Amino acid sequence: MRVRPAGERALLVEAGDLETVHRLHAALRELDPPGVVELVPGYRTLLVVADPEHAGALDELATALPGLELPPAEAVAGGPVEIPVRYDGEDLPEVARLTGLDAEEVVRRHTAPEYTVAFLGFSPGFPYLVGLDPALEVPRRDTPRTSIPAGSVGLAGSQTGIYPAASPGGWQLIGRTDVTLFDPGRDPPALLAPGARLRFTVAG
Amino acid sequence: MTEGPAGGHASIRVLRPGLLTTVQDLGRHGLAHLGVPAAGAVDRRAFTLANRLVGNPPGAAALEITVAGPELELQTGGWMALTGGRAEAELDGRPFPMDVAVRAEAGQVLAVGTVTSGLRAYLAVRGGVGVAPVLGSRSTDTLSGIGPPPLEEGVRLPVGALAEGDPFHQVAPTPQVDPEPLLRAVRGPRDDLFTDDALRTLIATAWTVTSDSDRTGIRLDGPVLERRRKAELASEGMVEGSLQVPPDGHPILFLANHPTTGGYPVIGVVAGGDLPLAAQARPGTRLRFRFVSVTAARQSAGGAPV
Repeated sequence: MRVRPAGERALLVEAGDLETVHRLHAALRELDPPGVVELVPGYRTLLVVADPEHAGALDELATALPGLELPPAEAVAGGPVEIPVRYDGEDLPEVARLTGLDAEEVVRRHTAPEYTVAFLGFSPGFPYLVGLDPALEVPRRDTPRTSIPAGSVGLAGSQTGIYPAASPGGWQLIGRTDVTLFDPGRDPPALLAPGARLRFTVAG
Repeated sequence: MTEGPAGGHASIRVLRPGLLTTVQDLGRHGLAHLGVPAAGAVDRRAFTLANRLVGNPPGAAALEITVAGPELELQTGGWMALTGGRAEAELDGRPFPMDVAVRAEAGQVLAVGTVTSGLRAYLAVRGGVGVAPVLGSRSTDTLSGIGPPPLEEGVRLPVGALAEGDPFHQVAPTPQVDPEPLLRAVRGPRDDLFTDDALRTLIATAWTVTSDSDRTGIRLDGPVLERRRKAELASEGMVEGSLQVPPDGHPILFLANHPTTGGYPVIGVVAGGDLPLAAQARPGTRLRFRFVSVTAARQSAGGAPV
């Protein structure tokens, strides 16, 4: 575990792999170190941000982090959350052509795995998911769409994701869900949290 | 508008919104792991000064004025203060001074003109802007659209009841606008992905602020910062002040409304105490950087609270 300063009031902790990121995130949430205001997971790192008055406390935390006892992976996994999808996306025929599979097989392979929410970013509630079947890896669209409706489910490279809000984007759209991923009036506002497990199902 | 109850009758009517006038406080914290940006005032030093002048707590919501100011009709009398980037302002046609609390009467119109030095001015009203908080903050998040929309003609802004001290009757020292600000930065966290030459170039260059800059960040123009390896970086959490370097090699300096994560490496992070200088840098301004230790960066960071 390597700890790097990210400015004078944050540490970027290299956990190595995603599972350790989530275990470390859980351990630090539990520890609740004084002055720490944000814990932000990435694919391999956890960012620890302190408020300016407590920035000095990060030095001690940086020393203590490598010896911190982490909870087992099973204890920190959430879910699984089910996301029902209508697989009628505009790009489904194109995805079938690119992968050499028929549309039905694309849907079968997309609904088969249990995905892990690596982290949320890009926009509030937007999940970066790992676990996509490599047979479904397709390039982004050559021309991004100027507006993609909220709830769109898409593919890009080794990633699959759901757009929580309408936004521009270049992902290949295979379907849409009615599930609300982010609602500022809800507590917590995001349906998914880092480390949550997720399954796509065919909406009935 | 003094001592009006929260959400009560005291209010301000927007006659003209200006170019981009938003409600800001000290930001939305504790939700970065859900992808929610902090947002909040970009120049927190000028912002907290405006609040102090009118006797508000430092985090009361105020207006952030960008480049061209608004015209506002006051529905009730009260204390106001204008700070930050230099702007000509008039209250019913008479000069409205900056950096001091001014008592305005019901029915008067405050017209804030163009910000001629610096980029952003802050207008605090005694009691704070009383719009409803969203996820713990009244800030407009210009990146993801959370919080109140930017000011529009005809909108009425409620005035809150957050005042806790007396208005401050002396003129605060006028901030100097440095024509070529020198910002302190801590190396890393991804300095090892760059060539030694790139690190030297970062601190040897007067970087030009481009017009492609907003509350999210400042795009800088100058020489290309070369990476040691072309390997992609796995996305990771980002802090305010990050100098993120996309594949074109030109750094972006993240400001208050930066995204929570990013996939490009950060070569250095500007000290919080120097971010107000970046917040006021107009397109065309040249910025310089110098590396300091973490300990040195913590000193004099007091001017920029969370």
